[in-house]
Amino acid sequence: MSTSDPDRLVRPYMVTRGRTRPAGDLPLEALVEARAGAGLRAAHRVTEARRILRKAASPCSIAELAVDLAVPIGVARVLVSDLAADGEVTIHRTAADGGPDVPLLERLLDGLSAC
Amino acid sequence: MDSAPVDGLLAPPAAPSPRPPTASTATGPVSTKIVIAGGFGVGKTTAVGAISEIEPLRTEAAMTAASVGVDDTDQVAQKTTTTVAMDFGRLTLGDGLVLYLFGTPGQDRFWFMWDELVRGAVGAVALVDTRRLADGFPAIDYFEQRGLPFVVGINTFDGAPAHHVDEVREALAIPADVPIRPCDARDRESVRALLIEVTRHALHRARARA
Repeated sequence: MSTSDPDRLVRPYMVTRGRTRPAGDLPLEALVEARAGAGLRAAHRVTEARRILRKAASPCSIAELAVDLAVPIGVARVLVSDLAADGEVTIHRTAADGGPDVPLLERLLDGLSAC
Repeated sequence: MDSAPVDGLLAPPAAPSPRPPTASTATGPVSTKIVIAGGFGVGKTTAVGAISEIEPLRTEAAMTAASVGVDDTDQVAQKTTTTVAMDFGRLTLGDGLVLYLFGTPGQDRFWFMWDELVRGAVGAVALVDTRRLADGFPAIDYFEQRGLPFVVGINTFDGAPAHHVDEVREALAIPADVPIRPCDARDRESVRALLIEVTRHALHRARARA
């Protein structure tokens, strides 16, 4: 996506029906996972939403979904937010705004020490 | 991207879902992130790529910000939309834990993007280049101001002057409790050591709070 092409900025927002603020503030790293059978009800959805449901068959972050769709982060958030509101996807746990708690940091330290 | 079929126009409206909205799981995978910051060309993306299990991906966030320096007497709200690019990588650490590494946009003027980037982050690595130490100031200032745990990595490029850690600490006025270590952004082990250092630092702070 070119930063110098203003037209390219307009189009992605069409698929979010003009909304640029999702219901929840989804962190960039939040893992999104399609619920079982979610794709079966996806026929009425915009192409981008169906693509998210396919990509999120296994957990996939908001940031990765944005790359996959070639849309800005904000657009991916709105689409995911809508799918979550309709119960089509699960949004997995991330740290609170203040950062991870002690148990999560301990898990991370163990994980980094072993990788 | 797929071509858009017309079925969106023909399908019946969605049936109301009986399921709860925006379900967030208490079990299942959990993800978190560490931010890698620093001046332009300091090696942020190189560091991400050195340890990421995927090639670093570039994503863009369209930002709308009030214009800076616009005359306030103008009755029409002046807004500018800009697109900020950032690179990120992923590290799956087993046991359902996924760590994302986000490189900050390189230029100071994108400071408004950082609030969103650092929200919920474990902490940050501020990468500095000894040939352009001053480029490290904005990130360090920002993390201090936000109270985000961070460590400073002195990226040792070929031919870079061999500064002592103490000299860098003094030059950048880095508090004594902030870890500083030399690193090679191209080297996985070196980057891993920085990430461990940030996590230890964050853990220390979190335990002190608890």
